[in-house]
Amino acid sequence: MKLIFDKSVKGRRLTILPECDVERELLPEGERRAKKPLLPEMSETDISRHYTELCKQVHGVNDGFYPLGSCTMKYNPRINEEMAALPGFAGIHPLAPADAVKGCMEVLDTAASYLCEISGMDEMTFQPAAGAHGEFTGVMLIKQYHVSRGDTKRTKIIVPDSAHGTNPATAAMCGYEVVNIDSAPDGCVDLDALKAALGDDTAGLMLTNPNTVGIFDENILEITRLVHEAGGLCYYDGANLNAVMGVVRPGDMGFDCIHMNLHKTFSTPHGGGGPGAGAVGCKEFLKEFMPASALLSLMKGDAAEHIQVRSFMGNFLVVVRALTYLLMLGREGVPEASINAVLNANYLMQKIKGTFTPAFDRICMHEFVLDVADFKKATGLSALDVAKSLIDYGMHPPTMYFPLIVHEALMVEPTETESRETLDWAADVFRKLYQLGFDDPEYMHASPHGTPIGRPDEVRAARNPVLRWVPEG
Amino acid sequence: MGSYVPSTPAQRQEMLEAIGLREFMDLYRDVPQEVLLKDGLDLPAGMSELEAGKAVRAMAARNKIYDVILRGAGAYDHYIPSIVRYIPSKEEFLTAYTPYQAEISQGILQSIFEYQTMICELTGMDVSNASVYDGATAAAEASTMCVDRRRSVTLISGAAHPDTINTVRTYCFGAGRELKVVPVKDGRTDPDALKEMLTPDVSSFILQQPNFFGLLEDAEGLGALAHENGSMYVMSCNPIALGTMKTPRECGADIAVGEGQPLGLPIGFGGPYLGYMATTSKHMRKLPGRIVGATADDEGRTAYVLSLQAREQHIRREKASSNICSNEALCAMTASIYMAAMGPDGMEEVALQCHSKAAYLARELCTIDGVSLAYDGTFFHEFVTVMPKTDEVLAALDEAGILGGLPVEGGLLWCVTEKASRADLDRTVSIVKEVLGK
Repeated sequence: MKLIFDKSVKGRRLTILPECDVERELLPEGERRAKKPLLPEMSETDISRHYTELCKQVHGVNDGFYPLGSCTMKYNPRINEEMAALPGFAGIHPLAPADAVKGCMEVLDTAASYLCEISGMDEMTFQPAAGAHGEFTGVMLIKQYHVSRGDTKRTKIIVPDSAHGTNPATAAMCGYEVVNIDSAPDGCVDLDALKAALGDDTAGLMLTNPNTVGIFDENILEITRLVHEAGGLCYYDGANLNAVMGVVRPGDMGFDCIHMNLHKTFSTPHGGGGPGAGAVGCKEFLKEFMPASALLSLMKGDAAEHIQVRSFMGNFLVVVRALTYLLMLGREGVPEASINAVLNANYLMQKIKGTFTPAFDRICMHEFVLDVADFKKATGLSALDVAKSLIDYGMHPPTMYFPLIVHEALMVEPTETESRETLDWAADVFRKLYQLGFDDPEYMHASPHGTPIGRPDEVRAARNPVLRWVPEG
Repeated sequence: MGSYVPSTPAQRQEMLEAIGLREFMDLYRDVPQEVLLKDGLDLPAGMSELEAGKAVRAMAARNKIYDVILRGAGAYDHYIPSIVRYIPSKEEFLTAYTPYQAEISQGILQSIFEYQTMICELTGMDVSNASVYDGATAAAEASTMCVDRRRSVTLISGAAHPDTINTVRTYCFGAGRELKVVPVKDGRTDPDALKEMLTPDVSSFILQQPNFFGLLEDAEGLGALAHENGSMYVMSCNPIALGTMKTPRECGADIAVGEGQPLGLPIGFGGPYLGYMATTSKHMRKLPGRIVGATADDEGRTAYVLSLQAREQHIRREKASSNICSNEALCAMTASIYMAAMGPDGMEEVALQCHSKAAYLARELCTIDGVSLAYDGTFFHEFVTVMPKTDEVLAALDEAGILGGLPVEGGLLWCVTEKASRADLDRTVSIVKEVLGK
């Protein structure tokens, strides 16, 4: 596809603004840029067609099955978008007086009350803009707690080796030494390894439960008890909350703080990589450490110092979407979503069995991991080859090579918004590909075949970075 | 209750049996009995779409929509062209995730590549990332980029947005680094104080241009001081101002960051916004977040991919430069569409109209007895006035559907964009005059 810059025609333009109705003033000469930015010059037709062309080379949830493990690619209801676009939200200034923003505060308060109930927490902030940002906020709560008690010897955060990369990266950003502990053979926390890692230098534990292999850790109460006994706090990574909403609550499992991804669990769209929102909840004793906007605090006459992770109150319009979803689901719909997410994962895993092998052959939560190692040994085809082959059937591939503890991993998360028919179809595709791997491995190794491009040369991209368009000549 | 589960109750039962289970709760047999939620959630019953829509609309109706917004301070009410609102709502863009699978994500990858180019053009820098959360986090990430073993102290101008300062402070506190705030003199960064604070352990100096009070700083001079000390120079610029204002590159900055919200994103009670980040080729591999690069596929066709991933958390884990994963991709696309819709001339025009109208309002307000500007010097589209009875003035404006300037220490901080007509501004002036004349 041509780049937007290659479609530019000098002198072409839209008529967006009226003539300036006051005396025109330029910045003083020494303050002006030397030349205008080389932006495209286009008509509205050009722009519309350019992006329509681009959107045809994208696979969204609305295009087809998207079982990207760990990302909870559930359907994004349109009503959410309609609500977020209301002028009564989109047109509200974050620094408008309190009387003028009562509705916005009601959105935040109502969403907070729902999420506190679902997570078993006492307080909620919406300032974090994404999941990793929520992790940063949560671990900063832990840090402030220890610092406030003068407990400065706590320099380590424990992270299981099955964790998302954001966990250790977050702990490091918060100035902690990361203690990686090996998982037990069943993918859960190895209690002996945990005990060995715990000590009076433990600041806390970051844990995803259900974990990244899709299993609920049955020792969860023991795990959080051990951490607390050592004087550490427990952080719940809410990446997999979609499995357990309304069934079991992180707060009841013994966690002290949590982030939830509104763009995963609460149906707000992923937008090609964002914006998300990472609501962070905590127990009462951590409340005083929650983030706040310095400017808003100043306006309110609140002199206390707070941490802050971004401007104002976070990705508000994402919260509007999540609230709309929560209002619709309510008391019965929230657990219904989770139960069906788990049902769909187990059903699909069951139907794939006998071909590709689940890494852990037991009842799973909302996602499961296939281990392609045996298939690779037999056919020479890797998890990557299987993933790329799925594309030709109109399916977005599962998450590849994660978690790291399964070497040829494909992590499948169907979500509750897929029908039985879709799951039956998906299982057929997996089964067909399994057979194809034996019949025609070459073909599979060269897949995908029906896409606008084949496999890109990533090594070349990294060695010889071309990161922007440059004009010819 | 509302539900988005498509399988019918009968199908669900059959699926459960296919797995070899009887009860749905058998799916949760790994969960310890004592921790299961016995009585369900204490939440209201679910709603139909019609009811939920009504409930949320009722909340929106409790907010006040102003006819004219003369308040900025980090959230800028610009006109958003219709096409800019429409394109990002296409479901393909809206419902996809990070383009991990390049073969079915060329549309998103190319749009990011185009965004990166436009940010480079706007700032004069060589390399842009695919976005971070907002302007404040962009500044915080930039401060992290600059740190090395010998230099760990970050300096930030006290005339930067308070939320930016506090966010950078939080990131520094997290990593165990020091942040020092350079004092403000007459509404601008005090160069003498900066000189004194530039010690050998200073890794970077962060300047906001125009600053929180709307004033243009001596960006080149202050940057030169930082460079003389061997420190990196980070500029946080309003992207609309960059339609006419000297670029961070021209001012000598090593890293350009800023709040991208003015580029076609609604003020939306504070978010989602867009943090842009760009730097010189020299510092390319220190840039956090996703970056899209061009390459070729096996048949030599141009292909775009997520590139330089060896910097990122999913590869480097605790050694990553940042933990960022999800960013603000759709907001970045929105900004690209805005810049395409405005074009080079439109970007300059909107900047000039903002500046001209702000200058007009400032001039007209200052004709009123008792009103003056708090600071001398050039401002872009925000300025601080000193006047008596600010509470009464704001209340009278509010009644007329006008959101007046933000009360800050020293007066009211006004912002004027291209959306305000001369008539709006004249009406504002006459209301202020009337209140102060009483």
